[in-house]
Amino acid sequence: MQTRPGESPDTSIPAPVLRWEHFPHEADMGVRGYGATLGEAFAAAATAMTAIVTDPAVIEAREHFTFDCADPDPELLLYDFLNVLVLEMAVEGRLFGRFRVRVEAGNLSAEAWGERVERLRHQPAVEIKGATFTQLAVWQTEQGPWVAQCVLDI
Amino acid sequence: MDINRFTRLSDTAWKLEPTGPMRVPAIIYADADLLAEMDGKVGEQAANVAALPGIVGASYAMPDAHWGYGFPIGGVAAFDANEGGVVSAGGVGFDVSCGVRTLVTGLAREAAEAVKWDLADALFAAIPAGMGSTGAIRLDDRQMTDMLVGGAAWAVAEGYGEAADLERIEEHGEMAGAEPGAVSKQARKRQRKEMGTLGSGNHYLEVQRVVEVYDPDVAHAFDLVEGEIVVSIHCGSRGLGHQIGTEFLREMVVAAEGHGIHLPERELACAPIDSEVGQRYLGAMRSAINCALANRQILSHLTREVFADFFPGNHLRLLYDVSHNTCKTERHRVDGRERKLHVHRKGATRALRPGHPGLPEALRPVGQPVLVGGSMGTSSYVLVGTDSGERLSLQSACHGAGRAMSRHQATRQWRGRELVDELEERGILIRSPSLRGVAEEAPGAYKDVTRVVRATHDAGLARMVARVEPMICVKG
Repeated sequence: MQTRPGESPDTSIPAPVLRWEHFPHEADMGVRGYGATLGEAFAAAATAMTAIVTDPAVIEAREHFTFDCADPDPELLLYDFLNVLVLEMAVEGRLFGRFRVRVEAGNLSAEAWGERVERLRHQPAVEIKGATFTQLAVWQTEQGPWVAQCVLDI
Repeated sequence: MDINRFTRLSDTAWKLEPTGPMRVPAIIYADADLLAEMDGKVGEQAANVAALPGIVGASYAMPDAHWGYGFPIGGVAAFDANEGGVVSAGGVGFDVSCGVRTLVTGLAREAAEAVKWDLADALFAAIPAGMGSTGAIRLDDRQMTDMLVGGAAWAVAEGYGEAADLERIEEHGEMAGAEPGAVSKQARKRQRKEMGTLGSGNHYLEVQRVVEVYDPDVAHAFDLVEGEIVVSIHCGSRGLGHQIGTEFLREMVVAAEGHGIHLPERELACAPIDSEVGQRYLGAMRSAINCALANRQILSHLTREVFADFFPGNHLRLLYDVSHNTCKTERHRVDGRERKLHVHRKGATRALRPGHPGLPEALRPVGQPVLVGGSMGTSSYVLVGTDSGERLSLQSACHGAGRAMSRHQATRQWRGRELVDELEERGILIRSPSLRGVAEEAPGAYKDVTRVVRATHDAGLARMVARVEPMICVKG
């Protein structure tokens, strides 16, 4: 993951309207993201993951990260994408509130904006152990939008 | 769960006969009500495990079983390498060697009550808990390698705790066969700041009082006295174990087809025990077990320091340390012959029988302490391994209450502040960095641990020894 501290998101590009939700799993929590493109659905799923820890709206875009993943299987790509973020959250204590993801022919390039966790301000509820293969699924609906989901181990 | 699918073996044992790809039956230990309340996914997952190559005996589920990742949480399954048996990263789980240890204090309840508020604050200050918390210990690469090989024995040599602790830890505190070279750079990096941290979710440190003794002789052997205080710590291998789980799960999913293994669910990802990836996983997973043992050892040391401030001269003795997410190489008698097996316990506690050579001398006559954590604010139990456990469940028992409700539902039903206040009125002090985390761990979101323990006792998997209730709970 490349880090460029202090770089703010390009405000000339409007942030996509991300639709996401949590779905129940007996022991843990599922995340589901919707988007007009595969990348948007991944970004929405990542926002849903952040929302398990804290309110994404409270996270300031103080740092900017970029990273890439590649896999022809979009579900493995989602697994890898979320787990890169989980690793970064765990190692550096970072939280991400906004994402931009592009996926083309199995190649994913991601940007994430966030900051280091401040326990009083962010009130982190839990740490995430990892994205799992449970209910891991990526598909395009008949109406056109993409959906990306999986259960996270908490 | 549809109870009619099962053959009733007893009031607390239910058998799913092998059908389709199942190689062995699935056996669930629970009373009829617990079984009926279990999610249907538990039966489905236990049946899927029964279809894995090289499984012997049966695919077992303990009375606290709930829907997990491939394996049910509360699942036990053994595989024979000589029969193409597999090792499964999903069968161990992300939190490798998550477990519980209990320390006895010899202090009367009244002594702790007198300082309860200050003690709760001091423990909360001393024990790093929750997301973003870091430990005071930083290991360089060589020290990390030593820790991954030495486990709790490494921690003792570094000054955390005492040598006498080691005989009260499974594997004498040092899991053999660890291969630190199989642990990735990312996993090491993830552990860099996490030695001596509690984590979050259902992990806790509790000051508890012994409120009921069921078996006075065994309780005496365990130094458990009604009215006295004990301390229990529940946590695991932290980021290192999580990363190992993440990486090997993926690798095994991709490699399964090449090994000729059909996975009904990808999360059942596994590899033949004798394969290169299987052996590499075992080496990494055993390193993670050592990481968990070292972590709980450091947390015990921090706890002892706090207690020494409040109760000068007092000594916290380790009763026992159990891990409930592991795959261990053990010898068991199955189908009339003794075999070397790789026993997966995913949310299940090993429960060694009386006389087992793996037990320290002081405990050998009575059996292994089985430490069963309840949910926040409810009872926990100490049980003991039985002779019948070998035949019933490869010497395994339950590990906790087991969730009855998702975190999602729990946060809709409870508010953290209200729960903290309510528990405080009942004399239980909660200290946590996150009120939402408290809501997700609401006692009502879990099964009734007493029913789970009673079913475990009635089934003969382990015998009830004592019940403890929390006074202070530090939550991550």
